[in-house]
Amino acid sequence: MSLTQKGRWITVVALVCLAAVYVRALAFTPVERLQGPAQKIFYLHVPAAIWTEAAMILVGLAGIFYLFLKDPRLDRFAEASAEVGTVFATIVLTTGPIWGKPIWGTWWTWDARLTTTLLLFFLYVGYLLVRGAVRDPGLRARYAAVLGICGMCLVPFIHLSVFLFRTLHPQPIILKPSAPSLPSSMLATWLFSLAAFTLLYVGFVTQRYALSLVRDAHGGGSPGHA
Amino acid sequence: MRELIAQAWTVARKDLVLEFRTRTALVSAVVFTALVLTVFNFGRDPTAVPTIDLAPTILWVTFTFAAMLALNRAFQLELENQALEGLLVSPLSRTSLYWGKLIANLVFVAVVEGVGLPLFVLFFDVPVGRVLVPLIGVIALATLGFVAVGTLFSALVIRTRFAELLLVVILLPFLVPPLIGAVQVTARLLGGRPLSESVGYLKLLAAYDIVFVSLASFLFRFTVDE
Repeated sequence: MSLTQKGRWITVVALVCLAAVYVRALAFTPVERLQGPAQKIFYLHVPAAIWTEAAMILVGLAGIFYLFLKDPRLDRFAEASAEVGTVFATIVLTTGPIWGKPIWGTWWTWDARLTTTLLLFFLYVGYLLVRGAVRDPGLRARYAAVLGICGMCLVPFIHLSVFLFRTLHPQPIILKPSAPSLPSSMLATWLFSLAAFTLLYVGFVTQRYALSLVRDAHGGGSPGHA
Repeated sequence: MRELIAQAWTVARKDLVLEFRTRTALVSAVVFTALVLTVFNFGRDPTAVPTIDLAPTILWVTFTFAAMLALNRAFQLELENQALEGLLVSPLSRTSLYWGKLIANLVFVAVVEGVGLPLFVLFFDVPVGRVLVPLIGVIALATLGFVAVGTLFSALVIRTRFAELLLVVILLPFLVPPLIGAVQVTARLLGGRPLSESVGYLKLLAAYDIVFVSLASFLFRFTVDE
């Protein structure tokens, strides 16, 4: 089985799981008392947000290893991870306002967390733009690695500012120092969704990685947009 | 270490001598700063918003723009007659080259801010007398962070297409955490609040400076080598 096919299969399984998450979240998970059905979006929003950040960190780690090992596979992975991260950031930025309208009464607010997700999105776009602006593959990989490492180091500062800046956003209820304060049925749905998103990330990245292999094999160099 | 600093100073002095002899860039940046402050005056309704509420925003947006203008020229001037290649073959360590550029950029931005701050006080009648020393401290802290990242990125984009535009696009997300910190501290200072209320933000600014100055010193070599 080729890498493309593997990636395709993983993605198909992930999408089936995602559909199952929808079913479970809508039919078999209790409705939150205060937020009502709007809270259901949490099962998509938070896993996507976690993978948006994780993808940036993986881009940075791949960058560090690339600078030492000069292995083009790491660069391919970083490129794939950044593109998938951009997609996930888009999911976070679209599901957030859909939830925000009924709960906060506004589509968008310059809350620290929204702002920082938006920044992460811009970071990804900037990263991909830099990749697109350099022709030489070696130079491109090096520049991208430097930018990826800086991006990874920016993430903790983004988080620091969340706790300092006044925020409307719900405080973390799962990833926090103490135990998750969530009913077990909701937590189970959420964990299931996180697993689906993880699989989705792996599937997308594998496909994108295979695509860059094919592109290099055909010797076409890089298209302008990378 | 001593040699590193001596080399850095040589690079910085070269840039600064060039800058103060031609003065075009410096004068343009100062005039630009004055113009942005002027535009801000007409970009608000003086009867609706008290100046003091808007003052931190005006100050920091102006300084951010001025800094980006300065950073764009840092490596641009090395492109003429392959001056950058000359620097790279000279017996300079990459770290001292970065520090030299960083020092030159800091001096450049400091001169622009040194003119901008009095103009800001004059135009907007902001009482800074009592808080002048802490205010200058905050400006120094935030500027160091801006310029450290900006110097690295200006080296990174120099060989890409659309270098000037690209620098702004990748740099701005990185400027937001120090900008948030600087604006918050400035607002508290101008509002007459004690400095102890800003400790969190000051720590954020200091941590940002330490992380990004070290990171950029390390990563710089990967951006300039062929």
